[in-house]
Amino acid sequence: MSEFQPLHRESRGFSRRTALKLGIVGVIGAASGAGSTALVAHLAKAPRPRYRFFTEDEAALLIEICDQIIPQDDTPGARETGAISYIDRQLCGALVRHRSAYRQGLESFRQTCKAVHGAPFESLATPGKIEALRLIESGRAPAGLWSDPSAAGFFGLVLAHTMQSFYGSPKHGGNRNYASYHMLGLDYPQVAGQNRYKGPST
Amino acid sequence: MSPGHVNAVVVGAGAGGGVVAKELSEAGLSVVILERGDWVSFETYGQDELINQRTTVLGNAYGPDDRSPRVVEGAPGNWSVVMPNDGAYNNNAACVGSGTVSYGAMAWRYMEKDFLMRSTYGRPEGSTLEDWPLTYADLEPCYEKAEREVGVSGDMSANPFAAPRRSPYPMPAFAYNREGVMLEAAAKRLGLHPFPIPMLRNSVPYGGRNACIHNRYCCGFACPNNAKNGTQNTVIPRAIASGNCELRTRCTAYEVVVDDHAVARGVRYFDGDDRAQYQTADMVVVCGGAIETARLLLNSKSKLFPNGAGNRYDWVGRNLQGHAYSGADGLFEEETFDDVGPGATVAVSDYSHGNPGVTGGAMLCNEFIRPPYGFSGMRPPGEPSWGKAHKDFQRRFFKRSVSLRGPVQEMPVFDVRAQIDPSVRDHWGIPVVRLSGNRHPLDIEAGRFIAARAEQWLRESGAIATWRNIPGKGAGSGQHQAGTCRMGSDPKTSVTNRFGQLHEVENLFVADASLHVTNGGFNPALTILALGYWVGGHIKGRWKGGALT
Repeated sequence: MSEFQPLHRESRGFSRRTALKLGIVGVIGAASGAGSTALVAHLAKAPRPRYRFFTEDEAALLIEICDQIIPQDDTPGARETGAISYIDRQLCGALVRHRSAYRQGLESFRQTCKAVHGAPFESLATPGKIEALRLIESGRAPAGLWSDPSAAGFFGLVLAHTMQSFYGSPKHGGNRNYASYHMLGLDYPQVAGQNRYKGPST
Repeated sequence: MSPGHVNAVVVGAGAGGGVVAKELSEAGLSVVILERGDWVSFETYGQDELINQRTTVLGNAYGPDDRSPRVVEGAPGNWSVVMPNDGAYNNNAACVGSGTVSYGAMAWRYMEKDFLMRSTYGRPEGSTLEDWPLTYADLEPCYEKAEREVGVSGDMSANPFAAPRRSPYPMPAFAYNREGVMLEAAAKRLGLHPFPIPMLRNSVPYGGRNACIHNRYCCGFACPNNAKNGTQNTVIPRAIASGNCELRTRCTAYEVVVDDHAVARGVRYFDGDDRAQYQTADMVVVCGGAIETARLLLNSKSKLFPNGAGNRYDWVGRNLQGHAYSGADGLFEEETFDDVGPGATVAVSDYSHGNPGVTGGAMLCNEFIRPPYGFSGMRPPGEPSWGKAHKDFQRRFFKRSVSLRGPVQEMPVFDVRAQIDPSVRDHWGIPVVRLSGNRHPLDIEAGRFIAARAEQWLRESGAIATWRNIPGKGAGSGQHQAGTCRMGSDPKTSVTNRFGQLHEVENLFVADASLHVTNGGFNPALTILALGYWVGGHIKGRWKGGALT
């Protein structure tokens, strides 16, 4: 399974590639010429627009939720295949109508975990995470913390979008390297007898 | 071609409209087709699991787009605006060829009893069940022509319930896939009469187009090989090649102009640049599908018809039908999946009629190959839908599952309807349609019966677990929408005569599934094509000396 590298490795460091994308390298060069290390430090700390819609905190929580919906075992799960990329991208596209449900739902989710489990979702062990999600899924979460979306409605939304990310075409942001098709042993493209597997290599 | 006055305006380039346009233009009439959608090709969306006719979560590959909302009733009195990619919208399609571009292409003839439902079953309380004003024998030559000119592969010799046919199918039937082989054997053990599903798809090269390459994804997608036959690659190109037919795409009709003498004068529409246009004609043929055809007629108000063309007795938009799809799913120890698309290959018609205690019934067949996303929602009751259990289930059963489904014939209900919403308008300012109503309780009873039979068939095939799918209470017509402009002999209880001609507007016709009095226990596409030949043939017969006589 060597072709399935964890994807978030790229985001851990401030890579030269990202810097190039942001057009910072040229600025650094110019600034260095002027000997202004303070400016360089300032630029290096500038927040990177990693997500189109989500805040860093929202994304971190949602990644953890998706990770439970389709966990990694001997094959990649939703986290590794880019569920967050799919949802974030589509909330600025075809799924734009669900923006407020995510914004409010993630906040209600956070408050629910604090109220019920006394800890952030991210810090729970796997069984605790599963239990927390079942509470949301079944609508048994504290009613005062949920209105629009409802707890069950929010869970259904995240469930559907995670499945879409995992089983849809990689071009929409998820299913990195056709991971779900590999998992199911499905050839691609989809014509019997033409079974060339043409996922992008990492 | 001159944009001036023409003999006929055809509204809608789908199954009905494509055939009518071809029939009239080849007979020498000048024809303009107004199609609100555009040409679509496989290349636009390819085989996108999330943007196709069956899974519209990221968009509607075959139209329309969000410029065309509708209103639907949820709980009584609770109306909400929905977009075309919402299931409640009951979309068919909006493109050249309409549903025939992306359909599964089953090519069913209805059975003789499907035209005689009231005579066969009486009229259940709460239903407007009625016989068609034409018989299977009347329509048989049109079925034959549709099979030949659009192209059907099939063989009914193993189906003793099939209505008689004068000639064989133009192409041989498709072979069974692995599922089909297994299901055929089990059906025979149960004393049933399995046979290959007839398809509007080329089993051999036909009509200058390729043979099917057995793509995994077919139903819900355009064909990359042009082996699936719709009006967009058969009769519409023929109509255009006649030199007498102009197809205007991205043109949204909003009114059939009817004058004070009950004569249709033409059609008002918005062109691709949103400019209002008026195309005059000697006749108008409306083929917009059961929901949009009703909308256009209802929006065509005139002095004589203040409630819409042909709607003096409030029957336009009524009796909206689809199919109460029912069936069962099963899981197997051995692999049932051989990746030979499109997947649906074997059917029985043993349960179409004559089911004890049941009104009507359905053809029952195996399903098209389901993309993994669709399969993620296919679970027995109580099975977890996420977590490691989800992955384990996908891995274990994606290639070891079979679905059987039957389009249960619905009892027409007067209050299942499409009407004009009083306030919501589309991008062009045209009042939109609102949909409401619950299906007849007998449909659900028939659905339970069919689901139980499907489960029995799966078990006989070796399924280790099975579960049933029963239709819900709310009506849903979707791509099989029909019935809103019923044909009949009594102007007070129907919209058109037996030739699709409005009772009170002689030069205004309907040629689509709106005409269906009942919708059969089968996929309706071939019947819509046949009705195109039926209505078109009638118009041709009455067109003499440059006028409708």
